[in-house]
Amino acid sequence: MPTQQLDQHGCLKHFLTIEGLPRHLLHSIMDQADVLLGRDDQIINKAPLLSGKTVIQIFFEDSTRTRTTFEIAAKNLSANVVNFNVRTSSTSKGEHLLDTLRNLEAMHADLFVVRHPQSGAAHFIAGQVKPHIAVVNAGDGRHAHPTQAMLDMLTIRRHKGDRFPELRVAIVGDILHSRVARSQIHALNILGAAEVRVVAPKTLLPVHVEKLGVHAFNNMEEALQDVDVVMMLRLQKERMEAALLPSERAFYTAYGLTRARLALAKPDAIVMHPGPINRGVEIASDVADGPQSVILHQVSYGVAVRMAVLGLLGKKEKRGSDAC
Amino acid sequence: MLISICNGRLIDPAAGIDAEHDLHIAQGQVVAVGEAPDGFIAEHVIDARGKVVAPGFVDLNAFLPAPQYDGQLSLESEALAAARAGVTTLCFPPSRDNILDTRDSVRQLTARADLPVRIVALGALTAGLQGEALSDMAALHQAGCMGLSNGDVPITNSNVLRHCFEFAASFNIPIIIYPQDPDLAAGGCMHEGEVSTRLGLPGIPATAETVAIARDLELIKQTGVTAHFAGLSSADAVKLIGQAREDKLPVSADVAAYQLYLTELDVDEFNSDAHVLPPLRSLADQAALQRGVAESVITLFSSHHRPCEAVAKRAPFAETMPGISALDTLLPLSLRLVNEGILALSDVIARLTTFPANLLRLDAGRLTVGATADVCIFDPAAAWTLNAETMASQGHNTPLLGWEMQGKVTHTLLGGQLVYQAD
Repeated sequence: MPTQQLDQHGCLKHFLTIEGLPRHLLHSIMDQADVLLGRDDQIINKAPLLSGKTVIQIFFEDSTRTRTTFEIAAKNLSANVVNFNVRTSSTSKGEHLLDTLRNLEAMHADLFVVRHPQSGAAHFIAGQVKPHIAVVNAGDGRHAHPTQAMLDMLTIRRHKGDRFPELRVAIVGDILHSRVARSQIHALNILGAAEVRVVAPKTLLPVHVEKLGVHAFNNMEEALQDVDVVMMLRLQKERMEAALLPSERAFYTAYGLTRARLALAKPDAIVMHPGPINRGVEIASDVADGPQSVILHQVSYGVAVRMAVLGLLGKKEKRGSDAC
Repeated sequence: MLISICNGRLIDPAAGIDAEHDLHIAQGQVVAVGEAPDGFIAEHVIDARGKVVAPGFVDLNAFLPAPQYDGQLSLESEALAAARAGVTTLCFPPSRDNILDTRDSVRQLTARADLPVRIVALGALTAGLQGEALSDMAALHQAGCMGLSNGDVPITNSNVLRHCFEFAASFNIPIIIYPQDPDLAAGGCMHEGEVSTRLGLPGIPATAETVAIARDLELIKQTGVTAHFAGLSSADAVKLIGQAREDKLPVSADVAAYQLYLTELDVDEFNSDAHVLPPLRSLADQAALQRGVAESVITLFSSHHRPCEAVAKRAPFAETMPGISALDTLLPLSLRLVNEGILALSDVIARLTTFPANLLRLDAGRLTVGATADVCIFDPAAAWTLNAETMASQGHNTPLLGWEMQGKVTHTLLGGQLVYQAD
């Protein structure tokens, strides 16, 4: 069934969310990223796949890491890259965004990479642009961050092998406000993970979170028992101001990933974090830098995964064939 | 003009009539029901065979553009939409755009004889809707405000609210409450539930409604003011109102007709046409609202019409203007309750006419001899599809576009004048 991001052949038109994507598509993105990474994580940095195409990065929200890795990915595929930072003002919202889009379309763009503080912004933009433009969601509000989730899945697959149905995964931290967590949850469920656990105080868990296909825990020690993967989330300072947490210290005391807590997980469990890390807030330094941490791998896989996604969306000529 | 409306099924809940009767009108008033008076020769005869003849509808909650608003929508365009929806009395709550806390601002709205609908202003309960000082309630009442309200601007100070209730009760003026705790609702743009969790949209919990209702009910009990809760959205709100009515508090409630047929699921894929306040809630809430209607906890239907310009809905979901254009669907959605066996047709008519008129003590909502001849004639079987072409409102912001509707207004009379007639 066609959706906003899949056409009638099941090919990607846009990459907006992990939700609703078929398992084989997730694997083919990871397969493609694997090829790009080679055996030694050395990314193939010149491929002509997007030669002559223009990628415009539209960021309505600050980001260094995501924007940079998308830029490297697009340049590795020989695309022209234009960065466009937009400061949203509270006075000129809706029309402002539409005007921005019309102007950028006029620059003969082929791909938009979009980050926006509002959930659903990427869907909205995909519904407004001309049909030849593909939209990649680089994070919309609390809703989705699909390329981050794909690089996380790739990290798991490269460290644990292709055996998701055997894996128990715990996602720890501010689930309520996290687009990363939502996309990770969908990806893990599509890939058939044995169990997905989310761990947070009730103030940071969305209502009916179990309907996403997870088990919810308020106790960190219980949640870490026998897990294969621990995925930590970044804690934003605003959460203290909004009376959701008493302090960073209090969060760390109850939910910080320490060596002692990590010992409750499987001995070969891996530790992940989308970055940037708050040391001593969500994770202890010795865990972040320790032997079970794969955090730095995640960063280099980010480029490969974004190359794979941009490549998939850029291959217009293959539309309608079985190759998507 | 002498008018006879013949062969229709006359439903006048105020008089307990539901039978085939003719209706005769002269000088803007009903002069006879059944046989025409001696010597009455109609200048105009409307054949209402197969149709229902009812009092014109009294819509307690319609948020129209302020008179000075300049856009595609206008007070005039929406007043016409009201006439086409069979609404002859339209209550206009105060809002930040149109505060209605002075006689002048009220007159500007209600003195519009050119509109095809009667407008009743609901005066501001507090000066400037600020929730701090009392408005001049008695003066507003004299100027024609048959009810008072703070609109969708909640009064957070419970002591001020107590004094508002006491003062309104002193003059026997009913108040209309749009219950919402602003802190619990802060930042939210849809029902806090399964769908908001999936879409990552900030939610408004049902407790934003029930906490406000629970507080207000205590103050109603204390002050004895007659109060009406507008636009219930949650199951627990229905429960609270049901209990209060059982306890004989002077309390009533209405629901937007669309709330009976839409839920949070309609927000899926970030459909901004389903962005509305109070939000569309869960399937369980929807079922409870229908039950509340069936059990007469909810005794009024209102449109809660909030038309928007197209551009106001073209943005990421949370940044769009909340509201559903609802006048066009008020009657057909209400009639759905008849087709589904939830209410009898005369009960539906009572909730659109007699009950809201009684609440505000309006000379409307009945067709007894001597009553003002505000009449709605509709074909209950007429099937049509809701779309931009069939809508009378200039706001096409409704998630019901494409729905099959049953029931269509064919004639609307305002004070004995035909203000709308279908082609």
